[in-house]
Amino acid sequence: MTQVIVPALSIAGLATALALLILIAERYLMDYGEVELTINDDRKHRVKGGSTLLNTLKSESIFIPSACGGRATCAYCKVKAVRGFGEVLPTEEPLLTKEEITNNIRLSCQLKVKNDVAIEIPEELFSIREFKARVEAISDLTYDIKLFSFRLNEPEFIDFKPGQYIQFQAPEYGDIDESVYRAYSMCNVPEDKRTVELMVRLVPEGICTTYMFQYLSVGDAVTLTGPFGDFYLRKGDRRMICMAGGSGMAPLRSILKAMKPEQIARRRPIFFFGARSKRDLFMVDEWSAFEREHPDFKFVPALSSPEEGDDWNGETGFIPGLVEKYVDNVAEGEGYLCGSPGMLNACVEVLTKHGIPEERIYYDKFE
Amino acid sequence: MDELSPLVIFIASVFTSNILLTNFLGMCSYLSVSRELKTAWGLGIAVSFVLTCTTAVNYWLYYYVLVPQGLEYLQYIAFIVVIAAFVQAVEMIVDRLSDRLYAALGIFLPLITVNCAILGGSLFMIIRKYDFIQSVMFGAGSGIGWALAIMALAGIRRKMSRRSAVIPALEGPGIVLIITGIIALGFIGFSGVVQIN
Repeated sequence: MTQVIVPALSIAGLATALALLILIAERYLMDYGEVELTINDDRKHRVKGGSTLLNTLKSESIFIPSACGGRATCAYCKVKAVRGFGEVLPTEEPLLTKEEITNNIRLSCQLKVKNDVAIEIPEELFSIREFKARVEAISDLTYDIKLFSFRLNEPEFIDFKPGQYIQFQAPEYGDIDESVYRAYSMCNVPEDKRTVELMVRLVPEGICTTYMFQYLSVGDAVTLTGPFGDFYLRKGDRRMICMAGGSGMAPLRSILKAMKPEQIARRRPIFFFGARSKRDLFMVDEWSAFEREHPDFKFVPALSSPEEGDDWNGETGFIPGLVEKYVDNVAEGEGYLCGSPGMLNACVEVLTKHGIPEERIYYDKFE
Repeated sequence: MDELSPLVIFIASVFTSNILLTNFLGMCSYLSVSRELKTAWGLGIAVSFVLTCTTAVNYWLYYYVLVPQGLEYLQYIAFIVVIAAFVQAVEMIVDRLSDRLYAALGIFLPLITVNCAILGGSLFMIIRKYDFIQSVMFGAGSGIGWALAIMALAGIRRKMSRRSAVIPALEGPGIVLIITGIIALGFIGFSGVVQIN
């Protein structure tokens, strides 16, 4: 009997003693106490030291965009570190440009708050909130794009600029044992502050879209974080050349529908919408009605590969090829694009070829 | 072995009986964390610290706890538990002192736990019947020897990344193992100085 008990007790005793030592070490080594976090020079927060800047800000209800969950891969969580942080970390280096490094731009998911620190973040991040909402309606736009409508409960109202996006949180479900965030642009106008509408295309084997398409139903509770993004209508009088494909219609719908009639008359927006065949086309009637309402707005749907029996007498081919035909003096315009990277690159190429400088082309790339 | 002076053991474990270059222990992190001199230096220091401390603690544990109770056969598990605890402590110290080193070592810091050189150090000390001072000197020497070897390799790899064209088939671990072999041969040159094996 002792042959069993003595060794077992010895090892258990040894492990306990070492565990105690580690706990004591942790108590003294890992305790950074309360530190001061200064944001944009004027906002001061007393926070508990020791965790990452991203999480510390989150606990102070300041939400920095982040898609990878702190694994240093998405590079969305960049902030300007003013003081209190050390050298650039090896995990950050691949994701920062030389210019960003000289400007002290850092990844907030990698930095740890260990002493008094100061950072600078864009003011609009303060308006980012976490919303508890309920699914109000789900409808099919095409065979693989759905329109989701959410009603906000807590907080009740959202302020966003047309064109911005929000992050949808898909909880753990089925075989997926980790909650993920994905970004979708609002397609409704900000006027109705209690509603958020998203157009979502089903991504084959996509974790979030599969959840939204197969598990989500009317009445379900969801969590949204936002608004984020710098894709919105710029001031000025330039003609707006809008180009989108598929669910890329969402931010442009929000931007165009939120414009005032005199603004539309002044900026004469033209909206090229690309789809493969007729079954990928949606909301055509709505845009035709919008066209009738605003004579200076033009909607140009185009099918790249119409199927037999589509009975299509509109434009065919890819939308970059149509710009020249519909827009005179392209160079004076301003580009607003949203869609897949391939489509976007083709659109940017055409617009720059016609003389629009790249800084006047605004886009929202799906990634 | 008792007649060996601790200083001789120390010198020998750094050069002639280098734990990495003669026993090929601790190869895993040696191969993967040797790209940058700075991180190699950091890991070298961490390994030296853990190796020195664990040989001291394990000596005491073996001769004052395990031997009196006739539990020598438990040495592997006991040694590993001590090593794991020390690595935890080192991890906390590095986290506290240097964010850069902490981020650079990443997964390799906890992996010191399974660095064979460290368990090897404790086991050799028992097999070779060292006394306490000899053991600690052997542990420290082995740690420094390991650090020296990884830093030598990191220096060579840095030079190599700048101007050498390595044939594709040998890129990465291939060429590193060849270089390690050559460094090991170079260290044989010291063997006339002292010998402990």
